[in-house]
Amino acid sequence: MRFIDVMHFASGSLRGSRSRTLLMILAMSIGVAAVVVLTGLGEGARRYVVNQFSSLGTNLVIVLPGRTETAGVGPGMLLGQIPRELSLDDAQELLRSRAIARIAPLTIGSSQLSQGALNREVVVLGSTAELLPVRHMKMAQGQFLPAGDIHDSASVCVLGSKIKTELFGKNQAVGEWVRLGERRFRVIGVMASQGESMGFNTDEIVTIPVASAHMLFNTSGLFRILIEAKSRDTIEAAKRDAEAIIVRRHHGEQDVTVITQDAVLATFDRILSALTFAVGGIAAISLSVAGILIMNVMLIAVSQRVKEIGLLKALGAPALQIRALFFAEAVLLSTIGCIVGLVIGEAGVLLIAKLYPSLPVVAPWWAVLAAIGTSLGTGISFSVWPARRAARLDPVTALAGR
Amino acid sequence: MIDLQKICRSFMVGDQRVSALQDIDLHIAAGDYVSIMGPSGSGKSTLLNLIGLLDRPSSGIYKLDGGDVTALDDAQQARVRSEKIGFVFQSFHLVPRLTAAMNIELPMILAGVPPAERKQRVADLVANYGLEDRADHRPDQLSGGQRQRVAIARATSMHPAVLLADEPTGNLDQTTGKEVIDLLEVLLEQKVTLIMVTHDPALGARAQRQLHMVDGRMTDE
Ligand SMILES: Nc1ncnc2c1ncn2[C@@H]1O[C@H](COP(=O)(O)OP(=O)(O)OP(=O)(O)O)[C@@H](O)[C@H]1O
Ligand SMILES: [Mg+2]
Repeated sequence: MRFIDVMHFASGSLRGSRSRTLLMILAMSIGVAAVVVLTGLGEGARRYVVNQFSSLGTNLVIVLPGRTETAGVGPGMLLGQIPRELSLDDAQELLRSRAIARIAPLTIGSSQLSQGALNREVVVLGSTAELLPVRHMKMAQGQFLPAGDIHDSASVCVLGSKIKTELFGKNQAVGEWVRLGERRFRVIGVMASQGESMGFNTDEIVTIPVASAHMLFNTSGLFRILIEAKSRDTIEAAKRDAEAIIVRRHHGEQDVTVITQDAVLATFDRILSALTFAVGGIAAISLSVAGILIMNVMLIAVSQRVKEIGLLKALGAPALQIRALFFAEAVLLSTIGCIVGLVIGEAGVLLIAKLYPSLPVVAPWWAVLAAIGTSLGTGISFSVWPARRAARLDPVTALAGR
Repeated sequence: MIDLQKICRSFMVGDQRVSALQDIDLHIAAGDYVSIMGPSGSGKSTLLNLIGLLDRPSSGIYKLDGGDVTALDDAQQARVRSEKIGFVFQSFHLVPRLTAAMNIELPMILAGVPPAERKQRVADLVANYGLEDRADHRPDQLSGGQRQRVAIARATSMHPAVLLADEPTGNLDQTTGKEVIDLLEVLLEQKVTLIMVTHDPALGARAQRQLHMVDGRMTDE
């Protein structure tokens, strides 16, 4: 029997029982579409996080006060001392490293912001002029914090775009005075709107010089020190140098944690990739359920068509040929189901991308391949048994319809 | 051409052995016209199925064209069926979803005959059996006589040497039945060996050789 005739015969018998065929294609395509959409979502979430992280800055190394690792208890802790805080001088000392391009110390707190009759609670960020390039932020109007002595507590501030609108509306803000707590600050710039970034809405932040923030909050410690390494290759060196410098300044006590953006990103990347694999796997299980359905329906088809199988044998079809015919039916079904599923899945991904433009949903290529492989694989392997059963029928009993 | 020696066929029904054929010795020459008659359950269909290689004897030797076909495996027997044997059944056994023409074409498709040749033979057969205006109809749109004509056309499409007909007129009225027998007898002119099981003594009497069976045995000739 010619290959094309096998396919033709198989598609004929599929057309012959329309509802059965449609049911199986539906089951198959839902499974395939689920794989495509779910892995697309997972991959979208991963890309979203990666993008967010990259928008934080490039080649970032971050110094946090205190040790987050539980391994090793320092003598200071046994004596009940709180870890030494990070100071502005610690931060400045970091610039001695040749691997470090820039640093931006950060202090954070909240304060009452008022201008005329308007007032609201705001997050206040204390930093330096370097924060702008380190964090890749952009100005809308005016200037960012002035460069100069890190200990200089100038009474100037930079408003987030939303705060500017709330306080000044469409009016000019640069040059005006606002009040933060007890102190007056002159507005020297307005940030461009940059939206949410890792849970930090920079549009609702007021930035002032770090020394001014220390006075405002009556502290001297830093919340973070952001370090920009000179290049991607020096990130690790920058991290080592930062650790060494702080430890030396803190009399040999390792009481800070230094993390690299890359390491954090890699962790998120791993977690979210695992998540994508997991949802993809779950969807693949639904695909094999579709395979079992195909097996059942094929078995029913075999028992409904015993007479036809008996006839084919009487007309000279060997067992192998009968098997090939049923096999071809399963292959056709899975292929059509797979194609329909891919179309539905990709359409779903497009729809989600339209509805949530910020989420970069894309079904990864490996998931599409896996969906194709699983659907064809299950469809074909679950049809082996029904096809065998058909081929093994005794022609005389089959013709009698028994 | 067909040579049966001491053929037995028994079935296990529960733990009882039922003997359907006992010590059948039969020789049928090429081009013979043989009718098989006998009461119900006497083993006529079982004998025909054995000759048609749809079934295997429990013991005995079956030689077809001089070769022992009982020794062949399933695939080889299928090949012999495809090349040498045509079946006509009492209940027609047409594939319901295929048109008359496609039913006729089926054995050639299975045998891998090239499409052009297939189409030509189908066209010839459709014309031969007067099915021109029914070729595109499905079996449920055909009368009993037309269905059996399609079945005969299908059985002859591979030019078999042996045509086995198991009560071909059993589901037809007398006139249509006679027409069908006429069509089968025409094949004798092409040196086809025709073996027909029938309950109708008048039809059976038309054959040169008449075999009678009772309880799985040949009684006389
Ligand atoms: N598959 C089977 N299993 C058990 N017994 C069977 C089987 N096939 C046939 N027989 C038995 O073998 C005997 C002969 O059956 P067969 O069908 O050959 O009779 P027949 O002469 O064709 O009868 P009819 O005229 O009714 O068609 C019967 O007793 C029948 O019950
Ligand atoms: Mg019978």
